[in-house]
Amino acid sequence: MAETFNEMVDQGHVREAYRNLEKWQNDMPADLRAMKQNEAEALFRRVGITFAVYGEGGDPERLIPFDMFPRVFTASEWRKLDRGIRQRAAALNAFLADVYDQREIVRAGRVPEHLITHNEAFEKAVVGFRPPRNVWSHIVGIDLVRTGPDQFYVLEDNCRTPSGVSYMLQNREIMMRMFPNLFVENRIAPVDNYADTLRKTLASVAPQKCDRDPTVVILTPGQFNSAYYEHSFLADLMGVELVEGQDLFVEGDFCWMRTTEGPKKVDVIYRRIDDAFIDPLCFRPDSMLGVPGLMNVYRSGGVTICSAPGAGVADDKAIYTFVPEMIRFYLGEAPILENVPTWQCAKADECKYVLENLSELVVKEVHGSGGYGMLVGPKADKATIEAFRAKIEERPWNYIAQPTLALSACPTFVEEGVAPRHVDLRPYCLVGEKIELVPGGLTRVALKEGSLVVNSSQGGGVKDTWVLAE
Amino acid sequence: MRLTVNHVTRYSFGAPIARLIQSQRLTPSRCANQQVQSWEVRMEGATRGAAFRDGAGDWTETVTVQGPRDHFEIVVEGTVETQDFAGVLQEHREKVPPSAYLTATDLTRPSQGLRELAGRALEGMGAATPLDRAHALSAMVSDTVQYVPGETDQLTPAAEVLEGGKGVCQDQTHVLITLAQLSGIPARYVTGYLFSAAEEHMSEASHAWAELHVPDLGWVGFDASNRCCPDDRYIRLNSGFDAQDAAPIRGVVSGGGGETLDVRVKIRDADDPAAAQAQQ
Amino acid sequence: MLSRTASHLYWMARYLERAETTARLLQMGGRNALLPDIGGGYRNDWEAVLQALGQLEAFREKYSDPNQRNVETFLFFDSSNPASVMSCIANARENARVVRTALTSQVWDAINTSFQEMQEFHRTERSKLLLNDMTDWALRAGALIRGAISGTQLRDDGYRFIGLGYTVERADNTARLLDVKYYVLLPSLSYVGSALDQTQWATLLRSMQAHRAFVWSYKGEITAAKIADLLILNRQFPRSLLSATQESVDHLEALSRGYKQPSRAATVARGLLGEIAELSVEDIFDEGLHQFLLRFMRRNDQIAAAVQATYLSGVPE
Repeated sequence: MAETFNEMVDQGHVREAYRNLEKWQNDMPADLRAMKQNEAEALFRRVGITFAVYGEGGDPERLIPFDMFPRVFTASEWRKLDRGIRQRAAALNAFLADVYDQREIVRAGRVPEHLITHNEAFEKAVVGFRPPRNVWSHIVGIDLVRTGPDQFYVLEDNCRTPSGVSYMLQNREIMMRMFPNLFVENRIAPVDNYADTLRKTLASVAPQKCDRDPTVVILTPGQFNSAYYEHSFLADLMGVELVEGQDLFVEGDFCWMRTTEGPKKVDVIYRRIDDAFIDPLCFRPDSMLGVPGLMNVYRSGGVTICSAPGAGVADDKAIYTFVPEMIRFYLGEAPILENVPTWQCAKADECKYVLENLSELVVKEVHGSGGYGMLVGPKADKATIEAFRAKIEERPWNYIAQPTLALSACPTFVEEGVAPRHVDLRPYCLVGEKIELVPGGLTRVALKEGSLVVNSSQGGGVKDTWVLAE
Repeated sequence: MRLTVNHVTRYSFGAPIARLIQSQRLTPSRCANQQVQSWEVRMEGATRGAAFRDGAGDWTETVTVQGPRDHFEIVVEGTVETQDFAGVLQEHREKVPPSAYLTATDLTRPSQGLRELAGRALEGMGAATPLDRAHALSAMVSDTVQYVPGETDQLTPAAEVLEGGKGVCQDQTHVLITLAQLSGIPARYVTGYLFSAAEEHMSEASHAWAELHVPDLGWVGFDASNRCCPDDRYIRLNSGFDAQDAAPIRGVVSGGGGETLDVRVKIRDADDPAAAQAQQ
Repeated sequence: MLSRTASHLYWMARYLERAETTARLLQMGGRNALLPDIGGGYRNDWEAVLQALGQLEAFREKYSDPNQRNVETFLFFDSSNPASVMSCIANARENARVVRTALTSQVWDAINTSFQEMQEFHRTERSKLLLNDMTDWALRAGALIRGAISGTQLRDDGYRFIGLGYTVERADNTARLLDVKYYVLLPSLSYVGSALDQTQWATLLRSMQAHRAFVWSYKGEITAAKIADLLILNRQFPRSLLSATQESVDHLEALSRGYKQPSRAATVARGLLGEIAELSVEDIFDEGLHQFLLRFMRRNDQIAAAVQATYLSGVPE
């Protein structure tokens, strides 16, 4: 494994992005730091940002640990990321439009057909349908890691309903309250227009049948969902209703919301429930979370569902390998952001290589998420590796493998002071009439020394992410 | 042939319902095999809307009924001119790629028994044409699953049907779909109507069969219940992965209780005056 | 506003009002138990408390003896009893939690804190808890929440649904309480003017926290007619049937104005108000107190049903 790139101190020098933070860090006495940390925690509790962790017992409403040390990008670093992320979001949408229409990319021999039609996320129900503006994934979360000053890799794409953006916004809010001077001394690009941009993006994909200011709602599975806080937070910031399936019904050509003033037509639904639950008349008949008939209204152009049902076919880990190809195919451009080299265990020769090098690789389930069902070779003991080997041999098509990347590290407050910890980044790209990206994203940090797993469900924390203005 | 359809579906509710919503696919497919001369779906006190043709070529409509109601009746009436293409679905416009129909559902999931059956059906057929292989699979289903009503229900999976060895057209079709998919042949569930002049047919007038995708021919129908391929006695309505996905009516009722369903289907030869007389 | 949101606000308030009613009844029962045993004795009184809450049957299924300890447990802590203070506060908090963004942080804080303190009580050893402390706490918590609502909530439609929850429940609770005790107010019985009457009447007033109100509003002797007047027709007394109904009408008219559409719920409520506004105590006794109360409760339920149909179901009538 290559040496870790430290984003603040490189070869003994403090890098440009962090120049102002060095003094801030040095000037902060331990007691002030502790006080601020408590204050941050109290603020998070007060606004109620908690998340549910499954299968671990203990407090079900837990706080995600917040690290006060910001993660910083310079304007020029961000410029490249910005271009790369927008490019990728555009290509993923072009791919989805193609997948459900002519499948030119398959005809051209660039992507094997079975990866599309055999994909669990492929929805026969939307083949031939063209959503407004032909946008399928309206909120694209792209997970990035860094390994050097100029080396960024895309770890995975999230085309369905990527979560975590509420942390991006709250982390900034809390930092500005606790350290206003930092924001005076540094020119930090704001992120707080995210909610407004999201609302405009959603409104821009209202169906043609909508002849007035579109009514946008967020559809949540309900208060027991782990991301419920985020759903209500976004609804509140956008000034739109947060609805459950029972609040909506279908009548005639449209979908309606039950209000105290009677039925109100809904034009755009930002849904935070999975495809299978959207409509019991189209998908799982036992779904109580969805709206019966909604898919018919959608497919006849009466309402827009964001992201489009079936959008998940583009963010599968097996399809991931082909994203650079998509960029070349649909956009005629060279990919700006690189993919992590990936071995498909479904292919015999690649699987052989993976099995021979398990101790060096990261192995993931094709449909897994949240860092579960994952093997980090260099961090695993022999027994774990052997157990995983058996799993791969049994169901090779279910796994892909990647080299263990030397994730960059950022200074992080720890027990003993400040120490480098590994981080990743999830920016949120909005696709509607225009492609929009707020400068920043969610930085997740592995709080355990040496750990590469940044998932909040497994001991990860979050940081405010700064992009310095030009 | 010219076939006349009279199809009445009546729901009765023990306790009045508050609301009902249905997604209906009750209109014949548009293809060279059949020309619709007249077709009407009638319902009392229902709001219709959200209609479209989907990627599989099926026409879907959305129907809602505001309660309280203790019954709801759908009357489908029409005449269709049919032609015999030896089971081959002709000039049917659809956008879903055949390979999408290689995926099993809960109702068509393979079991060890189904795997073995598929193997047996194709034994020694290595050199056979894809069409012959499809025929062999369909024949195997006719031989293995006896047509016996009342032994299975709406949600009996193919694996269980095979174990019991008995079932209705839905079950035989599910088994055939699984066998085909196991043999690498895309297969799907088709619903429609079947005209039978005499008592030779064991199936109901409201019918289901399978379509298997055969290179160069496209989708070809196989009716394992009647050991044949659909001809001009068949009217095709719509298709799906399985019976649930292809159901001509999917609905949700709010409130009420004690639903009973009464379905009557009459298919007659429009040009046979005797049959027309008998209908009166 | 979403019908579901309105519904949660409305039910939150109904539960909050119900928690106070239960606490008040418990307080009255506890006080009665300290008085000398005359007539039916304390046993009857605990049963009357249970009866007023419609929980006598449920209690008998769980406990054999209606002694104070059992009734306390049942009415304060028992989460299987939907009328217990604990159930009501938990349900109110649950309704509030779902619609947190429709509440000010002060209101949420007040409700959530009450719930946490309630949990605290539940964990405390019972021998260390005095009934009076518990009921005092519950009534104080109720007042705190009410104050937070009245002091911080925007006077929008949400506020009206909260208000309606309180008034519809209050009207029902007062009527129910009166109905259980109506025979006490009947002038025909043999012990008119007896010591028993005086005690029973004082108890009834106390259960409504109306004793002081009575003394200030009505000079002289306590009589059945005066009590009925206070609890049914006195516009100054906040828990009288007339006050509660008047407030329901006010909330519903505010909603109609805000939505610029007349509602059947307002018509139903105005109808009931019209029926009782001009009544005298004599009219009520002529009709029969019990009959009057049954009729009132039925009409109050009709208001609740109309609110449900007009606003909370989200479909046009």
